[in-house]
Amino acid sequence: MLLIPCPNCGPRDETEFHYGGQAHVPYPKDPAALNDREWAELLFYRDNPKGAFAERWVHSTGCRQWFNMLRDTVSYDIQAVYPTGAPRPDSATTTSASPEGAVQ
Amino acid sequence: MSTQQLPEHPDFLWRNPEPKSSYDAVIVGGGGHGLATAYFLAKNHGMTNIAVLEKGWLAGGNMARNTTIIRSNYLWDESAAIYEHSLKLWEILPEELEYDFLFSQRGVMNLAHTLGDVRESMRRVGANKLNGVDAEWLDPEQVKELCPILNISDNIRYPVMGATYQPRAGIAKHDHVAWAFARKCDELGVDIIQNCEVTGFLKDGNRVVGVKTNRGTINTEKVGLCAAGHSSVLAEMAGFRLPIQSHPLQALVSELHEPVHPTVVMSNHVHVYVSQAHKGELVMGAGVDSYNGYGQRGSFHVIEQQMAAAVELFPIFARAHVLRTWGGIVDTTLDASPIVGTTPVENMFVNCGWGTGGFKGTPAAGLTFAHTIATGAPHKLNKPFALERFETGALIDEHGAAAVAH
Ligand SMILES: Cc1cc2nc3c(=O)[nH]c(=O)nc-3n(C[C@H](O)[C@H](O)[C@H](O)COP(=O)(O)OP(=O)(O)OC[C@H]3O[C@@H](n4cnc5c(N)ncnc54)[C@H](O)[C@@H]3O)c2cc1C
Ligand SMILES: [Zn+2]
Repeated sequence: MLLIPCPNCGPRDETEFHYGGQAHVPYPKDPAALNDREWAELLFYRDNPKGAFAERWVHSTGCRQWFNMLRDTVSYDIQAVYPTGAPRPDSATTTSASPEGAVQ
Repeated sequence: MSTQQLPEHPDFLWRNPEPKSSYDAVIVGGGGHGLATAYFLAKNHGMTNIAVLEKGWLAGGNMARNTTIIRSNYLWDESAAIYEHSLKLWEILPEELEYDFLFSQRGVMNLAHTLGDVRESMRRVGANKLNGVDAEWLDPEQVKELCPILNISDNIRYPVMGATYQPRAGIAKHDHVAWAFARKCDELGVDIIQNCEVTGFLKDGNRVVGVKTNRGTINTEKVGLCAAGHSSVLAEMAGFRLPIQSHPLQALVSELHEPVHPTVVMSNHVHVYVSQAHKGELVMGAGVDSYNGYGQRGSFHVIEQQMAAAVELFPIFARAHVLRTWGGIVDTTLDASPIVGTTPVENMFVNCGWGTGGFKGTPAAGLTFAHTIATGAPHKLNKPFALERFETGALIDEHGAAAVAH
């Protein structure tokens, strides 16, 4: 369970939030000008980094506001929380060590 | 069901060779799919000067972490074709590989709990029948008859309103499957190289000509990616993107029990899937964590939800204990169907996107992917699963058949 620092409500359990996937995916300025490849990129292609990832979350059972979060997808450390529309803050570290879970 | 004996193993099932300086093809990832691909490359296409590179130990990824459910009752023609072919291969592989990995066709039940579920399920049974996939619709009494420990009373939150049933579906011993493929690969001359992490690719223009690893550079004519949850990471190294998101997916087992659960039960709606392993553990799968993650572990609340569902459906499980929980990293696509085919990089091929349900696909993935690597062209079964479908819009939406992580 992640403890997510909502910018409006403070630290709350992950179960109060919903995930919105990658942040900073702008709607195209001129949608009609996109070709099939560009539409595919917009609809289906998202970054999937092992390390720092800027993503969207909404505090569904709290203030119901969307915000952005910088989180490490290996350690799950939350590195920054910032408003939608603000630029991605520089991430300090990118982890690559992958802890091994139990194996059955 | 009986608690069967597992076969005795010799000390070594495969060699541990040093990597050669060059191969005709290199498979990245020594899970089920990488091993099956290497096996069919050697067996069907005579490509024996090949290597499987595995960064950890053989089949220590999702292959060691899945709940081993095998079935083919998918909705669309394209999926029914490839998954049913896979199921037919499962039926002959123990003999072909000369290895009894305890493929147990004890049937799989997919429960319906809402009117929407019922309609969707009946539609799927119809579609399955038209595609030659064995499928039946069961009413709650028939469900109870097949699995007496299931609670079909209507005083639970989501009563069982019926189920689809595929009698030929079942489970197998996952690590034995991997070892069976590995042993045959080795016999055919394939080098299986463990502790060998691919860290980059050598390219000549847009053509891949080698792989960089922590054990040196290896030249190769062709590269096949079978890295499951790490597919995006490898694609990025090679300079292209995949429409994949990696998520943690968890499962767990109880302590050993007397045989109580004769089949496999899955529920999309309350979200749990349960079987009883040959040794006697209750094996239960959870849902994916919502966020992207490479940590091979997930959140506890996901397990809590899964347990609540399990105990409501199977009241006798209330006294069982959780013995072990673990997670794998699954490579999900937006249409819940895999990607098997060519990539924007010449001579590089990709098999990924099997997400929460690729164990069952292992034989067909291996067969079709080997065909694609050897000939440079798709096999008729994997043709619809090419990367291009995200551009053409010819998606194969299997969320109904695959929504429960399985
Ligand atoms: C909890 C859980 C339950 C599941 N239950 C089911 C089920 O009941 N039925 C079903 O059909 N499917 C199920 N699945 C899905 C199934 O396990 C996967 O779809 C399937 O195992 C993926 O193929 P694989 O075996 O080749 O993957 P893996 O075994 O994950 O193989 C990929 C390999 O690539 C290696 N690798 C990654 N990066 C590199 C690199 N840079 N260099 C070298 N090697 C690398 C990894 O170490 C790994 O060994 C489940 C998955 C999980 C996690
Ligand atoms: Zn809030």
